Amino acid sequence: MSTIFDCRCSEKVGGLFPELDVPAQGVERLIDAAHVRTQPLRLPDLSEPQVARHYTKLSKLNFGVDDGFYPLGSCTMKYNPKLNEAMAVLPGFSGLHPRSDVSRSQGALQLMFELTGFLRGIAGMADVSLQPVAGAHGELAGMFLFKKYFQVRGEHERKRILLPDTAHGTNPASAALAGFSVTEVASDETGRIDLAALDEALDDTVAGIMLTVPNTLGIFESDILQVTEKVHAAGGLCYFDGANLNSYMGKTRPGDMGADVFHFNLHKTMSTPHGGGGPGSGPIAVSDALVDYLPVPRVRLENEQYKLDWNCPHSIGSVHSFYGNFLVAVRAFAYILQLGDVGLREVSENAVLNANYLQQRLKKTYALPYDGLCKHEFVLSGKGLAEGISTLDIAKRLIDYGVHPPTIYFPLTVKEAIMIEPTETESKATLDRFAEIMEIVAREAKENPQLLHDAPVRASVRRLDQTQAAKNPVLKVPLGE
Amino acid sequence: MRYIPNTSADRDEMLASIGVSSIEALFADIPESVRSCFRPLGLPPRSEMEVASIVSDMADRNKPTDAVCLLGGGIYDHYVPSVVGNLLSRSEFVTAYTPYQPEISQGTLTAMFEFQTYVCELTGMDIANASMYDGATAMAEAVLMAERIRKRGAVAVPRSLFSHLRRTLDTYCWATDIQIHEMNYLPDGTADWQSLPEQLSAVVVQTPNAFGVIEPLAGLKERIGDALLIVSCNPLSLGLLQPPGAYKADIVVAEGQSLGLAMGYGGPLLGLFAAREEHLRQMPGRIAGRTVDVDGKTGYAMAAQTREQHIRRQRATSNICTNSALCALATTIYLASAGSAGLRQVAKLNLEKAHYLADRITAIDGYELAFAGDFFNEFIVNVPGDATEIHDALVQAGFAVEAPQALQSFGLDRVLRFAVTEKRTKNELDRLTRVLGGSR
Repeated sequence: MSTIFDCRCSEKVGGLFPELDVPAQGVERLIDAAHVRTQPLRLPDLSEPQVARHYTKLSKLNFGVDDGFYPLGSCTMKYNPKLNEAMAVLPGFSGLHPRSDVSRSQGALQLMFELTGFLRGIAGMADVSLQPVAGAHGELAGMFLFKKYFQVRGEHERKRILLPDTAHGTNPASAALAGFSVTEVASDETGRIDLAALDEALDDTVAGIMLTVPNTLGIFESDILQVTEKVHAAGGLCYFDGANLNSYMGKTRPGDMGADVFHFNLHKTMSTPHGGGGPGSGPIAVSDALVDYLPVPRVRLENEQYKLDWNCPHSIGSVHSFYGNFLVAVRAFAYILQLGDVGLREVSENAVLNANYLQQRLKKTYALPYDGLCKHEFVLSGKGLAEGISTLDIAKRLIDYGVHPPTIYFPLTVKEAIMIEPTETESKATLDRFAEIMEIVAREAKENPQLLHDAPVRASVRRLDQTQAAKNPVLKVPLGE
Repeated sequence: MRYIPNTSADRDEMLASIGVSSIEALFADIPESVRSCFRPLGLPPRSEMEVASIVSDMADRNKPTDAVCLLGGGIYDHYVPSVVGNLLSRSEFVTAYTPYQPEISQGTLTAMFEFQTYVCELTGMDIANASMYDGATAMAEAVLMAERIRKRGAVAVPRSLFSHLRRTLDTYCWATDIQIHEMNYLPDGTADWQSLPEQLSAVVVQTPNAFGVIEPLAGLKERIGDALLIVSCNPLSLGLLQPPGAYKADIVVAEGQSLGLAMGYGGPLLGLFAAREEHLRQMPGRIAGRTVDVDGKTGYAMAAQTREQHIRRQRATSNICTNSALCALATTIYLASAGSAGLRQVAKLNLEKAHYLADRITAIDGYELAFAGDFFNEFIVNVPGDATEIHDALVQAGFAVEAPQALQSFGLDRVLRFAVTEKRTKNELDRLTRVLGGSR
């Protein structure tokens, strides 16, 4: 694929910006020559049609939710309603400067205040901050809250975070970034946390546990109350990774399970788009014990005026420039407002229904290491499907059939994992077609494995050499050569 | 519900095939004691049309376009070319996930690779990542990276850092036990490095700084020993100004909003992050690399992934995962549209217009520039009399100007800060001058 730097420069450029309408003084009169760029920039000067063609061409090399089925486990690739996009570009939101006087940003503050209320209710927790801008950012903010909590209490020896072996990679990374060490807790034969292993790991050096509920196998931790009670009894706190909220929102709440911090992924559960890797939004909900430590500023309503409250002496401070990804919050707000309680519940019911339906059909063809009721996702294994066939081969072959591969090789506790999350926005017909494709691929794996080894053949490129890319990295276009 | 395609007949069929009698049975694994605590929001479902009306009313209550914007402090009211929003709205970009499956993500990956090239060229650095959340977290991550490399537990930062950058940096440094030494500013508004402590992991500098003043960077790297030099800059100014790479910066970070992003009440924003090649293994964030497929055809894939959380877990360089990919694409399209000529032109418009307003204001009795240092598109003036009264008069007259209290933390009294972009016209600037009592 050629890049924008391969486009031939246009002879006629300019026209984006007007001529100067004040008397020109000249750069050299206004700033010291020492500050002025000495090497001219080497950015191509292009006409607009060249730019439009290039990025339209690039867009066609992508695969989005609007292009087809996207059963990426743990990522909740649901349909992104068009209304959300229309609301986010309203000039009253998109043109608003973050340092605007609050008298000019009452609508934005009202939206943040009301969304905070919705999320508080969905989580069943004491309060919410919209500031974190991604799931991992919410985790980090949550770990900062843990740290502050124990610092204020003088419990400086609490330096360990417990993590089930099925945890997302961001969990240990976030805990470590906040200065905690990580202790892994094994799962039992049903894929759930082993309570005996938990007992063994708990002591007065434990700051808390990071849980994903349901866990990354798509299995609900039926002993969740025992788990959180044990951690609380040992003086620790419970962090809930909200990546899997799409399986139970509108039906049950993390606050009722003993969560102290819970992060939302608005870009998963609340239908805001992933944008090829962000921007997301990762608000955190907290229990009573942690409210005072939430990031500043907080949005308050006083005398019918919304205001930003910076005066929170116990706060961890800020984790982002201003108020988080506000325009993402606008989209999530529009979504929740449209769904209402009934819609929120129907979302998780249909997500769980779709997952169980697919699971029961696919387990006839693929290994299902943890058989039983699943929530919104389930994990198959590509192991043993056919001689010499890996999960990667299966994933790449799916591309040739026009579906996005599931999440693969995660969670780490399942060999050759294939993690499938269909979401509620897919029809039974789509699921049936996907199951059929998975069955065809399984047949091909046995009868004509080369088809899988060679896949994909219908994408713009075939399998890429990622080892070479790692050994000898080329990370930018060489300019001026 | 509009976004759920299953019919009730579908659902019945699916339940039968699973072998359960009701949807509720699918939730039997959640303890009853937990489920019985559930309380709904009390929120009725609404039609798309009703929601559009409610949300539009909220947007209308903000009225940002009613005022002429002179707000700055790190976020600026720049023009976004139509081509940016239009191409950015293509659903193949908007609704795609992180490019973990490179064969069907070549669009996003190629754009990431282009973005990295643009960032390197603008900043004068060797390598860049595919984006951070915003300028503030980019700076915080740069400090953490420097700490991984030098391990001295301390950094120096100027007092003239934008307040939002400092707030975020304080939080990250508190959590990681990194001590911050604050360096005061000189009378001309530039940082005073006179009493720089030794044994630092990094020295951070912001240019232009919170006073709009361009920091002189020549010779700074030489005087900070082996501490890393972290420069935070305004990328739009680099159309005109010497890039930090020319001053031997080790890490360059920036808020990318000025290059094609809406102000959006401060989010989403875009963190730019560039470094010298030798530090690649310590860089946070995703990076796209060029490679070939099995047929030898050029393609792009995520590179240097062994730094990242999904592989390295607690030993990763950062926990960052989702970043600001679509915003990085906006900036890429902005730079493709502007080119060298356009970027230089827009930078010059900012520079000239800001100086025009500064000249007009300081021609009024009692008004003077607070600092003598060179500035780009933002400056601070000392005002005669009560700054709040003058601020209120400007607001009354239809200008959006930051309240003077916002600058008190810098030890500045009786001052106002003005940012002037290419969008401000001579008429607007003259009108502002008249409100202050000037002759134009």
